Amino acid sequence: MAADTILEVQGLELAYGTRVIQRDLGFSVRRGSIFAVMGGSGCGKSTVLRSLVGLLRPAAGRVLVGGEDYWAGDAAQREAIGRRFGVLFQNGALWSSLSVAENVALPLRMFTRLDNAAIDSLVRLKLALVGMEHAAALSPSELSGGMRKRAGLARALALDPEVLFFDEPSAGLDPVTSKRLDDLILQLRDGFGQTIVLVSHELPSLLAIADDGVFLDATTRTAIAHGSPKALRDDSINPQVQAFMRRERLEQEG
Amino acid sequence: MSEANSPKVTLRQDGAHATLLLSGAWIGRSGDTPRPAEAMLPEHGTGADRATPASIGFDATRLGRWDSALIDFLWQLRRLAAGRGIGFDESGLPDASRRLLSLLDDSRPAPLPPRRGPGLLARLGGATTTALTGALNNTGELSSLLGGLTLRAGAASLGRARMRGIDLLDNLYDAGPSALLIITVVNVLVGAILAFVGVVQLRRLAADSFVANLVGLALVREMVPVMTAIIMAGRTGGAYAARIATMQGNEELDALAATGIPATDYIVLPAVLSLTAMMPVLYLYGCVVGIAGGFVVAIAMLDITPLAYIQQTRMSLPVGEFGFGLLKSFAFGLMIAVTSCRIGMKAGRSAADVGSAATSAVVVGIVGTIALDAVFAVVANAVGR
Ligand SMILES: Nc1ncnc2c1ncn2[C@@H]1O[C@H](COP(=O)(O)OP(=O)(O)O)[C@@H](O)[C@H]1O
Ligand SMILES: [Mg+2]
Repeated sequence: MAADTILEVQGLELAYGTRVIQRDLGFSVRRGSIFAVMGGSGCGKSTVLRSLVGLLRPAAGRVLVGGEDYWAGDAAQREAIGRRFGVLFQNGALWSSLSVAENVALPLRMFTRLDNAAIDSLVRLKLALVGMEHAAALSPSELSGGMRKRAGLARALALDPEVLFFDEPSAGLDPVTSKRLDDLILQLRDGFGQTIVLVSHELPSLLAIADDGVFLDATTRTAIAHGSPKALRDDSINPQVQAFMRRERLEQEG
Repeated sequence: MSEANSPKVTLRQDGAHATLLLSGAWIGRSGDTPRPAEAMLPEHGTGADRATPASIGFDATRLGRWDSALIDFLWQLRRLAAGRGIGFDESGLPDASRRLLSLLDDSRPAPLPPRRGPGLLARLGGATTTALTGALNNTGELSSLLGGLTLRAGAASLGRARMRGIDLLDNLYDAGPSALLIITVVNVLVGAILAFVGVVQLRRLAADSFVANLVGLALVREMVPVMTAIIMAGRTGGAYAARIATMQGNEELDALAATGIPATDYIVLPAVLSLTAMMPVLYLYGCVVGIAGGFVVAIAMLDITPLAYIQQTRMSLPVGEFGFGLLKSFAFGLMIAVTSCRIGMKAGRSAADVGSAATSAVVVGIVGTIALDAVFAVVANAVGR
């Protein structure tokens, strides 16, 4: 494993019960890069993400985090590794019984010994970084889709993670809001220097921000291409990948 | 680099310009990063001979690793400086931190909403857990959820669990006071019906005075525990299942798991504790209003003084009867809470799954209550009560 690899997947097989979603999956993520998991709807992108953040045990294969086998240890060891992760789910997945500020504060309360003043101060900072300071007291049900994602982003940043996982960050947002979220993600990455693993089926956001990636296919149930979205668009000879990319190019050009 | 060093900031003043030397690793989690108040904003800790500087700058050459704690510090400092008209020169800071600072604006931040702290009820919860742990251990048969719960409850009573007071408080309210009206109506009516049937039948046997015995015993032993449990299965059990299933569909449970917070601590434990704790209370209340309902009907239909009726009721009800009813209520509450949480956690992720989770929680709760009551009846018979 190369020294600058933070996450490596080897021979991964993912299944729900007996239904195999992806098999023989391998890729590695460089520290500080933005890595895209691409592919059409339903090909298993979210499933791959779930296996990386501890929500779905792989049927076979390994996930290495900084060289440690993530699924080999017990739950406590996984939790310790997972403390270095932040996850933003598809619709924010904010805890509905808590206010926005409490959502961001909960991981800090659970996993640090900071006093209330220090926690409040960090919560305010995280909310300000994503432009949600004014919404601190609101409950998740009072937020728009874009606000929910930004609040989810603030929560994912709560413990200053090394790796951030995003599931469809721009899905369901209008183009302007989605662009703004992409920019925000980039600015935060430039500032904090996290590694980002990003799941998306929407190309504008992918092309704009990812610098490496893997392309999953639903019929062959495995990865059919590796590389950055730009490289795949320009160089891939795989017809599936080309179809996916060209559709988007047409859309982008109007 | 000074990675292992604790974070420090020292001031070097040079005429009208002050430089803050940042050193060490600034990691928020460690909780040892300086606060701007301690950071010797030039006005503080300087002699009278030293004037407030016109500007402050930074020297970050000895700064180690840093995260949002540094940004938080700088942001607060920048606001303080702006408030005092001191210039803020960012040029000495790492580029990345300057990029983050540019995302922040210095207008006075609104205060965060007040925290709903763990109060009396949370402590009460802690006490209840201890009792619950004992009771659970004695039942012997523990499903995996129950087993996990027992461990969690044990941990909670030792102050190690991460259950928050507010969850228990919300849950207690759901399980208790907000159910009082319907508990009252149902139990008063059941008491009245029992009295009515009793009067009509016992009159034929010239045993009118035993109406009080019939009403009291039937209510305390069977009707109130079962009716209350059925109401709570329909109301609270269904609500628990629907609420947890909704969280499932909304990926809130995944978010808990990915953050490393066990759903048992955060959701199941408060729900189980509060329903198990409220059930016996509701039972005692139900007994009182049920007997009152029977009293009204009996007094109206029979030739008996209120005092005599009350006297007769008291004689027919030894304290042990209430103990048995309390035990049953406790068991019903535990069963309803555990099964409905389990059904909620097992639910699918679509909107339709929320409905079917609620429905099956209600069905399982009601059938379970009656089945459990039958078990209690057999056991009571065997031990000769
Ligand atoms: N919890 C689950 N149980 C069973 N099958 C699932 C589950 N979640 C997803 N699937 C199936 O796995 C496949 C991949 O799903 P997903 O990873 O969500 O795809 P994507 O995110 O690429 O759209 C889909 O066919 C979906 O039906
Ligand atoms: Mg998906």
